[in-house]
Amino acid sequence: MDEANVARRGLSPRLWLAGGWLLLALLAAIFAPLIAPQDPLAQDLMLERLPPFWLDGAEPGYWLGTDSLGRDLLSRLIFGGRIAFIVAFAAATSACLLGSALGLIAGYFGGWPDRIISRIVDVWMAFPPVLFAILLVAVLGTGLSSVILAIAIIDWTRFCRVIRAEAMSQARMDYVESARIAGYGRVGIMLREVLPNVLPSVVALLSLEMGIAVIVEAILSFVNLSISTDDPTWGSIIAEGRLSIHQAWWVLVFPLITLILTVLSFTQFGEALKARFDPVLR
Amino acid sequence: MSACLDIRGLSAVLPNGQRVLRSVSLSVQPGEVRALVGESGAGKTMIGKAVLGVLPKSVRIVEGEMLIEGEDLGRLDPKARRTLIGARTALIPQDPLTALNPSRRIGPQMTDRLVRILGWSTETADQRIRQLLDEVQIRDPERVLKSYPHELSGGMRQRVLIAAAFAAEPRLIVADEPTTALDVTVQKQILRLIAQLQRDHGTAILFVTHDLGVVAKISQKVSVLYAGKVVEEADSSALFANPQHPYTRALMAATPRYTDPFASLKPVDESVLAGLAAEIAAADQAWRPGHG
Repeated sequence: MDEANVARRGLSPRLWLAGGWLLLALLAAIFAPLIAPQDPLAQDLMLERLPPFWLDGAEPGYWLGTDSLGRDLLSRLIFGGRIAFIVAFAAATSACLLGSALGLIAGYFGGWPDRIISRIVDVWMAFPPVLFAILLVAVLGTGLSSVILAIAIIDWTRFCRVIRAEAMSQARMDYVESARIAGYGRVGIMLREVLPNVLPSVVALLSLEMGIAVIVEAILSFVNLSISTDDPTWGSIIAEGRLSIHQAWWVLVFPLITLILTVLSFTQFGEALKARFDPVLR
Repeated sequence: MSACLDIRGLSAVLPNGQRVLRSVSLSVQPGEVRALVGESGAGKTMIGKAVLGVLPKSVRIVEGEMLIEGEDLGRLDPKARRTLIGARTALIPQDPLTALNPSRRIGPQMTDRLVRILGWSTETADQRIRQLLDEVQIRDPERVLKSYPHELSGGMRQRVLIAAAFAAEPRLIVADEPTTALDVTVQKQILRLIAQLQRDHGTAILFVTHDLGVVAKISQKVSVLYAGKVVEEADSSALFANPQHPYTRALMAATPRYTDPFASLKPVDESVLAGLAAEIAAADQAWRPGHG
């Protein structure tokens, strides 16, 4: 009991801080047109490289300053969040569904399904992920759906490996054997007995993967292989900021902070959720 | 009347050809408790698993028959076998920690089998479970039914598992060292409960244990197992009064006495083990797979 209480007290700030930031960023992304102080695409060379609000030379209405084309940085970050979240949810969910399903089958059934799936995973993991992503997007063509598809295709193995191991250890438990003796079918046992017990890990990984998807999308944007160059994404803003780092550091620093906070929140939120979901830790 | 469980000449091998069960024969009559005694690795649990159809994939049955109430498991197709085993048998497992699904509440977990596999109505199943919880002396069934397994003590969990095993009125229960994972004080209560329910329900039990003290308390018949071979078989009272096989005698001598526990803790005598090894080698020599 004591342990559970310690765990709960220790977890709460983590859950609320991470969840709070994600909620804030998500709401900002959803209501971007209402919230953004400026048009994220509007260029004004009279206003180029304005510093953030607390420095000399800042203009009201441009809170975090402007980039080298005079576009408002805060507005671009807010709009960039839209793509980040769409990619995070869609790519992570696809990777999760594919990887978890295969991992569950491999771990629970063992034997030849396991051998086939594990070999595919081994081969898959031998590809350098970022190069693989760049290659995939180059083949599939740039665009939102290609980016999502590429991330899902690369990262399903992450789910597959973890869920396979968990399903394997669950499958050895006596309760699975008891269900078998009682006369439940294999598929039924996999879905009704094993799946609920690996679900906490699935949830934690899903959240972690959302963070990774945000990073991969940013990397693809950085190398100009993500969405059309018009739409602001965190990665493309960082790429631009890199070029003007000596004149306008804020164009690089603010998107980086946003990215780091978001990815960190996703991973922390996942861990906290896992603890909440797990009846033994609860 | 056919035996509740009849095992005839059962042999099983590992992939490397080593025999883990050596022509095991034993039977359990309706309403009877048969103890299966032996040290770790003797194959006691293996026999239980073979009966229940949950042998590890690596263990292969190469000869022999298993009959549950006269029906030969080997002659049934897998689905019919599962149905028969599910309807007529149950398991009281060794480790109550892992024998309950940690993410499901006790109530649904117990009724689910009755409703989904045996087709009872939810109400009947619910009533039945409450009745069984009462029989295993669980005082606050409401709380237990709503609990997750980790919220219950080991003894409580074992009671739940006993109730679950008896719930569907199986003819045969395999009890696989059901008290080994429990505290000594709880062991006694659990043993008494199993004996009580066994008498009330008239269920036959194959009681797997390494504890001769337990055998004396609960069983009418005993089979002593060594290295997958039944070395002695007798009525419990006869076995304790007059053990025939040297291994059985050695096993009894190795059981600690409470009067002087340390003095009597001694391993099974070397010469007895040597004799056993010779006996088993001779049996293996005579044995040819497929000629059973």
